[in-house]
Amino acid sequence: MNPDLRGLNCRPGSVNTIINKQGAIMHHFKRFAASTAVVLCASGALAQDSITVAIQLEPPNLDPTSGAAQAIDSVLYANVFEGLTRFDADGAIIRGLAQSWDISEDGLTYTFNLAAGVTFHDGTTMDAEDVKFSLDRARAEDSTNAQKALFADIADVTVIGPLVVQVTLSKPNGMFLFNMAWGDAVIVAPESIDTIATNPVGTGPFAFANWVQGDRLELARNDSYWGAAPALETATFRFISDPTAAFAAMMAEDVDVFVGFPAPENLPQFAADPRFQVLNGNTEGETILAMNNQREPFDNPLVRRAVTHAIDRQAIIDGAMFGQGTPIGTHFAPHNPDYVDLLANSQFDPELSRSLLAEAGLPDGFTTTLKLPPPSYARRGGEIIASQLRAVGIETEITNLEWAQWIEEVFTNKDFGLSIVSHTEPMDINIYANPDYYFQYDNADFRAVLEDLNATTDPAGRSALLAQAQTIISEDYVNGYLFQLGVATVARAEITGLWVNQPTAAVDLTGVSWGS
Amino acid sequence: MIRFTLGRLVSLTASLIVASIVIFAVVEVIPGDPAAFMLGVNARPDTIAALRAEMGLDEPLIARYAAWVGGMVQGDFGMSWTYKTPVATLIADRIWVSLPLAIYALALSTLVAFPAGIYAASRRGGAGDTAIMGATQLGVAIPNFWFAMILVLVFAINLRWFSAGGFPGWADPWAAIKALTLPAIALALPQAAILARVMRSSLLDMLGEDFMRTARAKGLTHRQALWRHALRNALIPVLTIIGLQFSFLLAGAIIIEQVFFLPGLGRLIFQAISARDLIVVESVVMLLVFTVIMVNFIVDLTYAAVDPRLRARA
Repeated sequence: MNPDLRGLNCRPGSVNTIINKQGAIMHHFKRFAASTAVVLCASGALAQDSITVAIQLEPPNLDPTSGAAQAIDSVLYANVFEGLTRFDADGAIIRGLAQSWDISEDGLTYTFNLAAGVTFHDGTTMDAEDVKFSLDRARAEDSTNAQKALFADIADVTVIGPLVVQVTLSKPNGMFLFNMAWGDAVIVAPESIDTIATNPVGTGPFAFANWVQGDRLELARNDSYWGAAPALETATFRFISDPTAAFAAMMAEDVDVFVGFPAPENLPQFAADPRFQVLNGNTEGETILAMNNQREPFDNPLVRRAVTHAIDRQAIIDGAMFGQGTPIGTHFAPHNPDYVDLLANSQFDPELSRSLLAEAGLPDGFTTTLKLPPPSYARRGGEIIASQLRAVGIETEITNLEWAQWIEEVFTNKDFGLSIVSHTEPMDINIYANPDYYFQYDNADFRAVLEDLNATTDPAGRSALLAQAQTIISEDYVNGYLFQLGVATVARAEITGLWVNQPTAAVDLTGVSWGS
Repeated sequence: MIRFTLGRLVSLTASLIVASIVIFAVVEVIPGDPAAFMLGVNARPDTIAALRAEMGLDEPLIARYAAWVGGMVQGDFGMSWTYKTPVATLIADRIWVSLPLAIYALALSTLVAFPAGIYAASRRGGAGDTAIMGATQLGVAIPNFWFAMILVLVFAINLRWFSAGGFPGWADPWAAIKALTLPAIALALPQAAILARVMRSSLLDMLGEDFMRTARAKGLTHRQALWRHALRNALIPVLTIIGLQFSFLLAGAIIIEQVFFLPGLGRLIFQAISARDLIVVESVVMLLVFTVIMVNFIVDLTYAAVDPRLRARA
């Protein structure tokens, strides 16, 4: 479709919308307007194959293999870049550039068979050498990969044939295929690596076309894609962080889809409007009230337990998130089959909270800091948590921080009592095995469980160990577990094939179309 | 005149040097390590160290300051840490939104403010004067971002005459101007209100001057005297205000650029600060300071050319 026609609202239903807006005075123009619009739209309506997608943040650069910004993956994951494996819409690990693989008995050797006939967008062939290059680059000494830990267990990458590559691990890692599905592990080519930050060249169904920094980024269908061709011809990403502007852009139909809509208070209005659909999904973000386990008085498990019983999760979800979010009782995603419901460990019970504080020798409560990063779950949630804690005698001094400050003060220097943050990386319960991690949980038993987990590849054994790990941190009251962060997608009603959940930050356009 | 110009040039250079030191110092003391921010919470310390080295952050402050200023003198504004593109390119792209927007808003505000101010002054105390002064009071009081939202609600969401934001680029000039119209109106309203008030009071001041009495004594009507003599003299304070407003509009449209998601200089600075892209913040702010200082320099020279008394004082 000619993009210039977009301004004419050439979509089913839009003729009626225009007419309704004009009101009764325009009644006698109705037939004229309708027929004109139909004529104008005739060419456009037949082939609706372009889409405008808005997300909140602009990617700082277009290199998913360095830098942690989720916006990079939101635009490029599965669209432009592909890895050996990938996440599907439900978070399952499926085949990517690797069409099959064999795992040795000892779990140390993975032999990947690559898809044939795959080319990069610059026309060069994707083969085993490119896989070796990508993995070696990510784990190199001077690598700036933000998730370097994903590659830590790789001992060697060997090219067996043009389409066969063998990865040897230094120790068994049950998460290896999962790790290779991350956006940070996509396959890149040595020929185009120098300009990847501004001109990303991948193997995906869409090729990067244009980036007007600060305004929009355009992708175009890759006609020589090795897999199933996508329905869309072109896709434009726009970046709108202001909630009011987001509402206006959707309402004015300037954008067709908004993934991660920033104004939850407006969602009912979109849901009630026949022009739109609202998809409420889950993310991998466990939102927690982080406690500094090495700092008084949070070094006392009784105090930590008292804090968790003082919190009414539903009040936070309703008050701060307008009902978007699922309560959690441990650091694990509730939509994961291995999730254990441990909410009973930390039920809202202010009486119990007060008596636990008295037992800990703090009958009059105490004062601590509550340092909040910018997202609304933290800023709005922080106010509610502060008042809930005040009810049991815990006074908080709230400090609002920018992300860069939060990373320095809270995350790196561990200068905080309480903080609220959503841990958005998938399957990140292993952060509790690192005593230096900012909340500083130090438990050898937990670390032993995770070591067993890493060495276990059979699903039943892994499930049991994961359940054990979830239970330990829940019963140790390491942090206050609040809710799984939701994600709302607002889209034009005709659009199909969008991801509802965000198993990883992605706007996968491979299966998206304008319906029939 | 040459001595005056040289004197001004010396003070201009001194201002620029002081400004560069202040900007560099202020930006460097903002807490938050840029490398740690870019790599996020799962990054390993050695990865952060590698990125710091890549960005040149491990060098001493003095060396980094010297490299920054040295580069700028040669027209090299450095390389953005996050965008990985030259800062000069970023600025060049954004200036084509910010500059036309500022000019557009200024033109609108002048077009409204001049007639309104002149009319109010000529009908001093009358119903028209009271109405205009009431309206300008309101115009000064309304926050421009709120006005912007109302404009979007009415003209983008309900009437669909304009899109709610964004900028299509100058390939289609008509579309570009259309995209800048609502933001320009939102920006122009408070400016026009201020300008109309200044215009009116400046004119009224002139009406009490001796030369006005002389003009009336020569037989000119009130209106003729106002147009021929008062207006020309009243323009000096008005032009000064316009100059100040232009600098403000160029650098200060951050909120309006957010509301309309326009890719302008204000939004660039805003994003760069939150992403700790220090080199972009430093260079863009320095460029704005340079622009303001240059404008003042030119204004000084013009004043001196017009008014010999200023030259003598220097």
